[in-house]
Amino acid sequence: MAAPRPQRLSVLLPTYNERDNLPLVVWLLVRTFRDSGIDFEIIIIDDGSPDGTQEIAEQLEKIYGSDKILLRPRPRKLGLGTAYIHGMKHATGNFIVIMDADLSHHPKFIPEFIRKQKEGNFDIVSGTRYKGNGGVYGWDLRRKLISRGANFLTQVLLRPGASDLTGSFRLYRKEVLQKLMEKCVSKGYVFQMEMIVRARQLGYTIGEVPISFVDRVYGESKLGGNEIVSFLKGLLTLFATT
Amino acid sequence: LPSLPQAAMTKLGQWLCGLALLGSAWAALALAPPGLQPPLPLRQALLPLPVYLLVAFGCYSLATVGYRLATFNDCEEAAAELQEHIRAARADLRRRGLRL
Repeated sequence: MAAPRPQRLSVLLPTYNERDNLPLVVWLLVRTFRDSGIDFEIIIIDDGSPDGTQEIAEQLEKIYGSDKILLRPRPRKLGLGTAYIHGMKHATGNFIVIMDADLSHHPKFIPEFIRKQKEGNFDIVSGTRYKGNGGVYGWDLRRKLISRGANFLTQVLLRPGASDLTGSFRLYRKEVLQKLMEKCVSKGYVFQMEMIVRARQLGYTIGEVPISFVDRVYGESKLGGNEIVSFLKGLLTLFATT
Repeated sequence: LPSLPQAAMTKLGQWLCGLALLGSAWAALALAPPGLQPPLPLRQALLPLPVYLLVAFGCYSLATVGYRLATFNDCEEAAAELQEHIRAARADLRRRGLRL
C-alpha cells in the first residue's frame, strides 16, 4: 500500500499582538496553498491581544471564508503549548504545520516540507536554519554566536538527530503532534526542543528542510541574560530527564 | 509507524556510565599498584590523558562553533523577497476589503 499523502493541512497560528503581520501571513499562506493545490485550513489562536489582532482575524475570516480561516481565540496569554492543544481540537487536517505568525517563517517552504514528508514518509519535518542553504537575516554577530553556541551544546548533550532544535517551523502528522503534546512540559525554546527529543524517544522519524528565518524583530528585543539562563536550565533538565 | 523506541536510559545516565567505564579503565591502568603496572612509557602517556582529552575537546568545540558561525548563511534575498511579498499582499488585501 502506498504511503499516505497529505490530504489536508491544518496550520496552527498562535498570535499575540500580530495585528500588522497576521493578514500578511494569511495572505501568503492562502496564495502558497492555492498555487500548489494543497487543501488547507488556518486556525488562528489569539490570546486576547490588546492591539486588535482578533478584529483583523475576523475580517480575514470574512474574506477567505470560515471553512478556511478558523478563529479559536482565548481570553488571555496562556502559553504556546496549550495554544497548540486548543488549536488541534478543531483541526480537521491529517497534517499540522506550526509556525510563527510574525513573518519570520515564510509559507513558501510548506510545499517543500510536504515534498520531504512524502520522500521519506516522515512523521515530522523540521525547518532548519543551520543546514544546507538555511540561514537567518537580521542577526548580528553576537546573536549568531549565541545561536551556534547553544546549538552546539544541545547537540553534544542531547544528540538529538536534528540540526535545529529550537526552530518552530515544522510539519507534524496530526496524531504525532497530539501524542507529543501529552508528553511535553517545558516552556519557550525548550518546549520546541523537548518535542524533538521526545519524538526520537518514541521512535518517530524526522526529516529536515533548510529554511530562511527573517528576523525583523531582533533589533527591538535583544536576547538577554534571562533567556539564556532559562534556556540552559531547560537544556540541563532535558539532559537529566530524557 | 514508529520504529523501536530508543533506550530508556537518560542522556545523563549514558554520560555517567561512559565516564565510569573509561574512568575505571584509566584508573586500573594508570594507578595500578607496582606489581600490576603497565610499562613506563604507557603509564607516562596514560596519566595526563584525561586532561589532554578535555583540552582537545575544548579546541574542537571552539573550532566547530567558530566555523559554524563563519558559515552561518545571511538570507539577504529572502528578506528582499519578503518585502516584495508584503507589498503585494497589502495591495491585494486592500482590494479585497481589508481595513487595516
